[in-house]
Amino acid sequence: MDKKGVIMNRYDQTPVLQARGLVKRYGRVTAIDDTDFDLYAGEILAVIGDNGAGKSSLIKALSGAVSPDAGEIFVDGKPTTFNNPLDARSQGIETVYQNLAVSPALNIADNLYLGREIRKPGILGSVFRMLDKKKMHEAARHKMSDLGLLTIQNIGQTVETLSGGQRQGVAVARSAMFGSRVVIMDEPTAALGVKESRRVLGLIRQVRDKGLPVVLISHNMPHVFEVADRIHIHRLGKRIAVISPKTHSMSDAVAIMTGAMDPNQPGSLQD
Amino acid sequence: MSETLKPTPTGHQILDHERVADQAQGNVARFEQHLTPGQRIHRFLHSNPTAAPVMVLLLAIATFTLIVGERFLHPFNLSLVLQQVTIIGILGVAQTLIILTAGIDLSVGAIMVLSTVVMGRFAVEFGMPPMFALLAGFAVGALAGAINGALVTRLKLPPFIVTLGTWNIFFALNLWYSKSETIRSQEIEAVAPLLQWAGQTIELFGARLSYGSLMMIGLFILIWYALNWTSWGRHVYATGDDPDAARLAGIRTDRILLSVYIVAGVICALAAWALIGRIGSVSPQAGYTANLDSITAVVIGGTSLFGGRGSIYGTLIGALVVGIFRNGLALSGVDVLWQEFTVGMLIIVAVGIDQWIRKVSS
Repeated sequence: MDKKGVIMNRYDQTPVLQARGLVKRYGRVTAIDDTDFDLYAGEILAVIGDNGAGKSSLIKALSGAVSPDAGEIFVDGKPTTFNNPLDARSQGIETVYQNLAVSPALNIADNLYLGREIRKPGILGSVFRMLDKKKMHEAARHKMSDLGLLTIQNIGQTVETLSGGQRQGVAVARSAMFGSRVVIMDEPTAALGVKESRRVLGLIRQVRDKGLPVVLISHNMPHVFEVADRIHIHRLGKRIAVISPKTHSMSDAVAIMTGAMDPNQPGSLQD
Repeated sequence: MSETLKPTPTGHQILDHERVADQAQGNVARFEQHLTPGQRIHRFLHSNPTAAPVMVLLLAIATFTLIVGERFLHPFNLSLVLQQVTIIGILGVAQTLIILTAGIDLSVGAIMVLSTVVMGRFAVEFGMPPMFALLAGFAVGALAGAINGALVTRLKLPPFIVTLGTWNIFFALNLWYSKSETIRSQEIEAVAPLLQWAGQTIELFGARLSYGSLMMIGLFILIWYALNWTSWGRHVYATGDDPDAARLAGIRTDRILLSVYIVAGVICALAAWALIGRIGSVSPQAGYTANLDSITAVVIGGTSLFGGRGSIYGTLIGALVVGIFRNGLALSGVDVLWQEFTVGMLIIVAVGIDQWIRKVSS
C-alpha cells in the first residue's frame, strides 16, 4: 500500500469516468464537498457511505441528473459537462435509479425504449414517425430472456402489474441494453427479497463481464463485499478512502465509513 | 461478522446463508386463481378502461330505442347526435391531451370563441381573404395554447390555476375585440363561405353528415395515431404518468407539456371553424359551457384526471354518451333540467369507476 494510504489508483490507466473537486450545495447544505471519483474499465466499483454522506448526490452529478456547482467530470480522460440525464446517456452512461424510474402505466417494452424509441424504416418512420412496435417488442423479449428475467408472460403488460424485483429487472435490462460505457446502479437490491437480490447481483456481474464497468451504490455490506472489485468510501460529502475487499474486512469498511477508524491506518482495529 | 464470510475460488466472498438461495425453487410466489366475479370485472376493466363507457353507450342506445322507438335509431337522428357532439368532441380531443399529462384546461371554450371572433372579424370587417382569416384564427389558437403552456412549464403554476386565469382573460379579450357584437350569418356567407364550410352536409344512407362531424372523426383518428404510434404520444403518456421517471428516462417533459398545450390550442381553433359552420354566425357569447362539457366527455370516456391513463377513443365514446342521453331524453319528452341531472350523475359514476379501476388489487 502506497503512502497516500488506501487510495489505489491504477496510474497506468485512464479512468473511464473520473471526477475532480466536485461540489454541490443545496442552500446551506453541502451535499458534495470537493470530492474525487475514479472508475476504471472492467471493474465493479462499490460506493458506500452512511445515510446523508452524499452518495446519491454524487451519483446524480455523474449521471447528469444534477449539475455540480464546481469541479470537473472526465469521460475517458476528456473533460465533459452533463446538463441533463440525456447528455450522460449520449456518452454511454446509463443509470438505474433507486426510486425505480419506470412508468407504471406503460408496458415493459415501452419502458425499455422510453426516450429512444425505434421508428419504422422508410417513409412510415421518416414522414409519419411511426414506431416499430414489433421490433421493439422482439428486442425487449430477447434482452429480458437473455438476462434470465423472462418469467414475465407478456412483454406488453404494464409495469404496475409487476413485482418489485421484476420492475428492478426492467430497469437493469434497460441500462444493460443501452449502456455502452458505464452502468450506474443506485441501491439496486434495496427493495428486493433474498432471491431477487441474488439475481440482480448476478446481473451486475454479467454486465461487468460483458466489459462494462459498474458503479454500485449499496448499503448492504455482504452484497458489496461479494461483487465489488474496489470500494469507494464516502463520508461527509467526500471520498475518504478506496479499499479492496481482499485486504479489508466489512468491519474495517464500516469503521472508516462512520469515522471510527482513520483510513490511513488500516488494520488498527483488527487486533 | 467476519466468521460467516468464506472466500470463493474467484476471491469473492459470499455469505453462506444467502448462497443457499441459489438452489431455491424457481417459483417464488403462487397466485390464487379463484377470483370472485367482482375481481374478474375489476381485472377486465383495469386492462380495458374504455369498456365501461362503451357498455354505457350500448345500454343507453338500447334503452332509448325501447322508450322512443324506431325514430331514435333512424340514421337521420343518429347523424343529428353526431352533429350535436361535434364541437364538444373536437374540444374533448384537446382536453384529453391535456388531462393525459395530469393537467386540466378550463380555457378551451374561451380559446375557441376568441378564434371564431378573429376569423369572423378578419374576413368580414377587414375584408381579408377567407383563407388568411382562417389561418389567423389558427394562429390565435396556437398562441393562446402557447401562453398556457409557457405559464405551466416556465412558472411551474398548476394548470388548473393557469387556465382558470386565462379562461377569464381570453373571454374578456374576445368581448373587447368583438365589441360584444355578433357577426351575422349572411355577412359571413357573402364574403367568406369558407368559414361556414364545416356546416355543409352530405347525405349518406339517410344520414346527414356535416363536414364538421367528418372533421371531428378525422381529428380523432389523427390524434389516436399520434398518441399510440409515435414517440411523442408515448412521451405524453409517460409525462402524465410519472414526470420524474419520464425526466430520468431522458424525456424533456417541459417540451412535451408545451407542445401539448400548443396542439390543444390549435385543436380549439379547429373547433372554432366547426362552430362557425354549425351556428353560421360568430357570437362572442357562444360556447360558454364548452369548457366543462369537454371535461365531461373526457371523464365519462374513462380517462383518469390523474394523468397517464386513458384513451382518445374513450373521449369520442364519452361525447357520444352525453349526446345520446341528451337526445334520447329530449325525444322521450323529458324536461331539459333532467338532462343536466343525468349528465351530472354520469360524471360522478364515471369518476367513481375510474377510482375503483385504478386500485391494482381490489
